[in-house]
Amino acid sequence: MIAHAIVFYIFSLIAIVSAIMVTVSKNTVNSVFFLILDFISISCLFIMIGAEFLGMIMLIVYVGAVAVLFLFVVMMLNVAQQKNEWFNSSGRSSHIPIGLLVSIIIFFELIIVIGGWKYKPDLLDSIAIEINSDLTNTQSLGSVIYTDYIHLFQLSGMVLLVAMIGAIVLTFRQRSGVKRQSYFKQISRERKDGIELVDVENNKGVKIDA
Amino acid sequence: MLSIGLGHYLTLAAIIFTIGIVGIFLNRKNIIVILMSIELILLAVNINLVSFSIFINDLSGQVFTLFILTVAAAEAAIGLAIIVVYYRNSGTIRVEEIDRLKG
Repeated sequence: MIAHAIVFYIFSLIAIVSAIMVTVSKNTVNSVFFLILDFISISCLFIMIGAEFLGMIMLIVYVGAVAVLFLFVVMMLNVAQQKNEWFNSSGRSSHIPIGLLVSIIIFFELIIVIGGWKYKPDLLDSIAIEINSDLTNTQSLGSVIYTDYIHLFQLSGMVLLVAMIGAIVLTFRQRSGVKRQSYFKQISRERKDGIELVDVENNKGVKIDA
Repeated sequence: MLSIGLGHYLTLAAIIFTIGIVGIFLNRKNIIVILMSIELILLAVNINLVSFSIFINDLSGQVFTLFILTVAAAEAAIGLAIIVVYYRNSGTIRVEEIDRLKG
């Protein structure tokens, strides 16, 4: 129990500190690194309390895909030099005290809700899918996703497909002045397009590039 | 203090959620950091769902977390694509200079 507590406090401390560093880092690249650290410590927490599959998926999806995507965009847009300074920003900065006030109020509201929260007495009777302790976490998730939640599962696949197509369509750009290979033109080219028979007059020659 | 219960995880999620909101409110320079703050908020929601799922012994919270992960990945891809297109068109992604709507 004590080991559990120690590990929980270590991981959550790392997660909170790195979450703060994400928002206050001067350099955007550092923000992305702290985001990766945050995701890793939270997925360690998930693995620790028994949601191994989600912890591993979180490592793969967030650290392997999303964070690398962020890093790639930061690198491509060359915004690392733009300092991320909020307190000494030029011009009006009246939003900062109000923003801090609103977020502190939100935090205390959440804490009040958590502190005063109790189980409803019939909550444990209304469990939708009970966790079977004989199966592993991955096994029990798989037996649910592919049967009861199959429509939602396929719908989330459609979400990913639409996101992929949307990202490609948004960022695709046809540059003018770049010579490209066109297979259709190449294949449909015929003899009369490429070859021309010219009667050459004597002592005059032909002008080739007409 | 030493026995970690549901309240500890919910408090952790609340703290991370608030940090994400602070990041959205106070950031005036870089819109990519705002997207990262949104990721933090989704992460806090995931912590809530998973810890409830474990502590009341119900698997459906983890199923929903899986779907939230999907939506978060799609959202990050689309958001970054929009940022790339905006940067290409206007040459900046500083939050202060994105004022085309005069807000």
